[in-house]
Amino acid sequence: MPVAVQENQPSSSKVNGRTEDEEDMEIDYSEIEEKYAVSPLDGFDNVLVVDNVPVIDEGKKKKLYERLRSTIAKAGAPLSGTADAEGNYSDMVMPWDNEKGESKGYMFLTYPSAELATHALRCLDQVLFGKNRLYVNRFGEIERYASMNIEEGSTPKNWPADSQAVDKEHLRSWLADPQGRDQFVTFRDTTVEINWCGRNATAERAVEPNPKWAELFVSWSPLGTYFTTLHRPGVALWQGKSFSEPHRFTHPGVRLVDFSPCENYLVTFAPEPIVTSPQDPDSPPDPRKFAPEDEGNHIAVWEVKTGLLLRTFPGEAPSPAPPAGVDPKDLPPPRKLAWPLLRWSPDDKYVARCLMGSQISVYEAPTMGLLDKKSIKIDGVLDFDWCPDAELSANGKENLLAFWTPEVENQPARVSLMAIPSRTTPRQKNLYNVADVKLHWQDQGTYLCCKVDRLNRSKKVNSSNLELFRVKEKDYPIEAVELKEVCSHFAWEPKGSRFAMVTTSEPNAILPPGQLPKNNVEFFHVDPKKGIFRLMRRLENKTTNSLTWSPKGRFIVLATIGLSIKHDLEFWDLDFTTDDKVHKNETDPGANMQLLATGEHYGMSEIAWDPSGRYVTSTASSFRNSPEPGYTIWDFKGQDLSRNQLDKFKQFLWRPRPATLLSKDEQKKIRKNLREYSKRFDEEDAAEESNVSAELIAHRRRLIDEWNAWRAKRIKELAAERQKAGLQAIPAVSAQDEERETVEEWIEETIDETEEVVMS
Amino acid sequence: MKPILLQGHERSLTQIVYNKEGDLLFTASKDHIINVWFSSNGERLGTYSGHNGSVWSLACDSQSKLLLSGAADNTMKLWDIKTGECLKTWEFPTAVKRVAWSDDDNLALCITEQRSGYQGAIRVYEISHEGDCKNQPDEPITEFSPIGSKATVAAFAPLGHEIITGHESGKVALFDAKTGEEIESNERAHSGAVTDLQLSPDGTYFVTSSKDKTARIHDTKNLAVIKTFTTETPLNSACITPLKPYVIVGGGQDARSVTTTSTRSGKFETRFWHRVFEEEVGRVRGHFGPINTIAVHPEGKAFASGGEDGYVRVHWFDDSYFRSKPYGDLEPAD
Repeated sequence: MPVAVQENQPSSSKVNGRTEDEEDMEIDYSEIEEKYAVSPLDGFDNVLVVDNVPVIDEGKKKKLYERLRSTIAKAGAPLSGTADAEGNYSDMVMPWDNEKGESKGYMFLTYPSAELATHALRCLDQVLFGKNRLYVNRFGEIERYASMNIEEGSTPKNWPADSQAVDKEHLRSWLADPQGRDQFVTFRDTTVEINWCGRNATAERAVEPNPKWAELFVSWSPLGTYFTTLHRPGVALWQGKSFSEPHRFTHPGVRLVDFSPCENYLVTFAPEPIVTSPQDPDSPPDPRKFAPEDEGNHIAVWEVKTGLLLRTFPGEAPSPAPPAGVDPKDLPPPRKLAWPLLRWSPDDKYVARCLMGSQISVYEAPTMGLLDKKSIKIDGVLDFDWCPDAELSANGKENLLAFWTPEVENQPARVSLMAIPSRTTPRQKNLYNVADVKLHWQDQGTYLCCKVDRLNRSKKVNSSNLELFRVKEKDYPIEAVELKEVCSHFAWEPKGSRFAMVTTSEPNAILPPGQLPKNNVEFFHVDPKKGIFRLMRRLENKTTNSLTWSPKGRFIVLATIGLSIKHDLEFWDLDFTTDDKVHKNETDPGANMQLLATGEHYGMSEIAWDPSGRYVTSTASSFRNSPEPGYTIWDFKGQDLSRNQLDKFKQFLWRPRPATLLSKDEQKKIRKNLREYSKRFDEEDAAEESNVSAELIAHRRRLIDEWNAWRAKRIKELAAERQKAGLQAIPAVSAQDEERETVEEWIEETIDETEEVVMS
Repeated sequence: MKPILLQGHERSLTQIVYNKEGDLLFTASKDHIINVWFSSNGERLGTYSGHNGSVWSLACDSQSKLLLSGAADNTMKLWDIKTGECLKTWEFPTAVKRVAWSDDDNLALCITEQRSGYQGAIRVYEISHEGDCKNQPDEPITEFSPIGSKATVAAFAPLGHEIITGHESGKVALFDAKTGEEIESNERAHSGAVTDLQLSPDGTYFVTSSKDKTARIHDTKNLAVIKTFTTETPLNSACITPLKPYVIVGGGQDARSVTTTSTRSGKFETRFWHRVFEEEVGRVRGHFGPINTIAVHPEGKAFASGGEDGYVRVHWFDDSYFRSKPYGDLEPAD
């Protein structure tokens, strides 16, 4: 390896300050060179080794050189050499494996001076070259480390003794809780606490609260690994058992944050455009900070593990100019896409963004380059969503996304499925008289429901219908369910084939204060005989406007949120049985539905299930100006376990859990032997309960003893003082009325007196 | 425990007090009238009329002979309880916000309001019990103005040598009744105005309520906070129950800050807290406005609450109240 470098060294024109004039004099240096022979262990401060360069064959060599040079120049450390006739560079050498006819996957860069090389090292290390991340080291260091005399298990000489490797905390340690408890975070006023949810929803502190957490708001990453706090200068991620040592992402004014589904990437959004401060032009650009070309953008994409800024995007594009001859006032108010604007495929491979009305742009992670270098042009596209099935790509299939386009002129509205990256559309459905379409994927990607609001003849919305796609079946069969009313809320049962929705016949009615909306809740299931979606049960005259399924399915909470006079929760079980078997009622599929309990929570603004489906919380947040901030924890049966009314209460968030590692068979086995397991947990519960009560009793006894001791002291002091003042002791108050005389007063009132003569 | 509803006032109640035996209940209101009632059946015994402004405060001596009252007409009056005759009127430049007796009935104190040009002042009078008691000194034996935040409530410490005060800033202090010197103070006893201050039966500790939504028990000797009771509503009154180890607190959102008309959001409930464990043990509903004042029967048999709604509710405790042991055998000595 060193040989290759040494051979090339003299040919570089300005290395070590030699000028061409000197070279022309043709002096024999051999003696001097020998005398000043450079040890391979030092020197070469101007040579860098680049690892992880793509392995290529002869034909691509020239192209690779050019691309690499431009990447290097872009990163801020351009090489100054020029190409010779064969396209080789003097300051860039790539060792070649002649036997195989390929490159060896690394190369050497030679800079004119050690300072420039140091600068280049800082710029180039970890830079992405296509899909390859380049690892750059000093040439001398490679040699030094390679020739280090290290015995097995010993630290090299001269190393500081304390430089021992520190084990990082396990990122998923909370899942190993022996009691299988879940964690939640609460944000109240200026304190953020992370607690365990113990038995009967008792909060037990999981970690000492850090005062730095409370600034704007907090959230969890989708698999629960990172605890995210938002601050004015940017985002911080806290991890491990102690939630210490934050990862910081600097994005001033950040307001929204979103993770990719596998937690590899972080997206931040600030309403203010990015401003970069003019930097010292000589200082190397920091790959974790915004560069001048990011100026004016609103959205930033970061790699979570390295903290590197991958790319920035502009914010929401201004709405397109109205077509000629149309008054902008006649147009409906511009639609806005809901956050997140950047939507990730379930495997973190792609991220897509919709430019409303014209195109969907799909970017490949982690390079964040546009897929096939061009956006997908779709005239009129208004919304899209990825199929959430992460196993599609694992099973060698392509990711799917669904999008819809509205009616224009003579073209019908259309819902389409598109495979990425091939851009084929395996299924489309034309729709007529469409006012709006909402796309609802079932969480495993088995079904897609397109809720279509239909216009009647007078161009008003007065009914909806559902287009149900069976995504896992051949040719994507579609089933339509016509409704007579407008569906306002829709929710799939997680991991199931049932769904619930809220329908109303008066979708646009503005209610006078004090009047309740008349909604209906409908449940649908797949008819086991016919295999089509059928109404299972309809609940009429409800005020419900929120549907929250248990993450394990089967249970659902119907709630009325945001009304001042009604604030109820209903806990429903869709497969209610008194024994362990589910009895399917052939004639009335809704017969097994049972209302378990109802509750009330005044001022609640959110409902959330814990990831295990054991608890439900209703939260009244002061972010939403709830008159009575606080939170209530219910169990899945609707029993309220803990009610907390807390001033300035802002957030309650359950810590999400990643998907189970158990296979389907293992899960089945557990379900079968549930009794065995529950016996063990029952015992633990009983033990803990007696433990807790013993602790509590001891605590109370201590309080009583302290109180009694203090009282006895004060009573004695007072008696002494009274005696000194020549007063009697105060008689103690007693419940007995010993010294009290009861005065009984009999009042006789003669109401009427008559005299009768009785004849005898 | 069906409450006895006393409907004798046209405006909100300001203070209610029991006499030492607990058979009489005195109620003061913003309608200028003081009423006295038989606490056992809610029958009205009489009224003390003469004030020309909201009556802010009341105090009954230990013999049930003399009644002190302070009002917004800038006067403090001494009444003969039996006859209803006004024995003496003291006039001040500003309204009288609080009055109190010492244990031995020889001293009376009053707090006057702080108004433009006048500092809030605490005055102590020596009350003579000679003859018909009409011959009372015009001048106080002590007069002083606490520096800093004005005093809102006050009471005599046992033996009458010191005065305990609660202040608008949340401060609680101890003053010498003779010299007006500040002996002790706890600046951060509360973080909001102190609204009430009531002593334990023997006076060695006292409870304060505050707008900061807490009530606290303090040691009279050194003003140390012994216990804290945190609620979710501003508190207007708190008292200590004899016999049972509770404190009773009451309050509610001000009418202007109540956003909805439903009584549930106003939190107009009287709450019972265990005074040692600092845990809430029960609530009593009934008022449809904030609770302004609470008094407990001196023998712990009943309590009464007066509200912004103009009603006084007298609750005699049931047998079950005395029998119940929510914490089993864990009960303090007193």
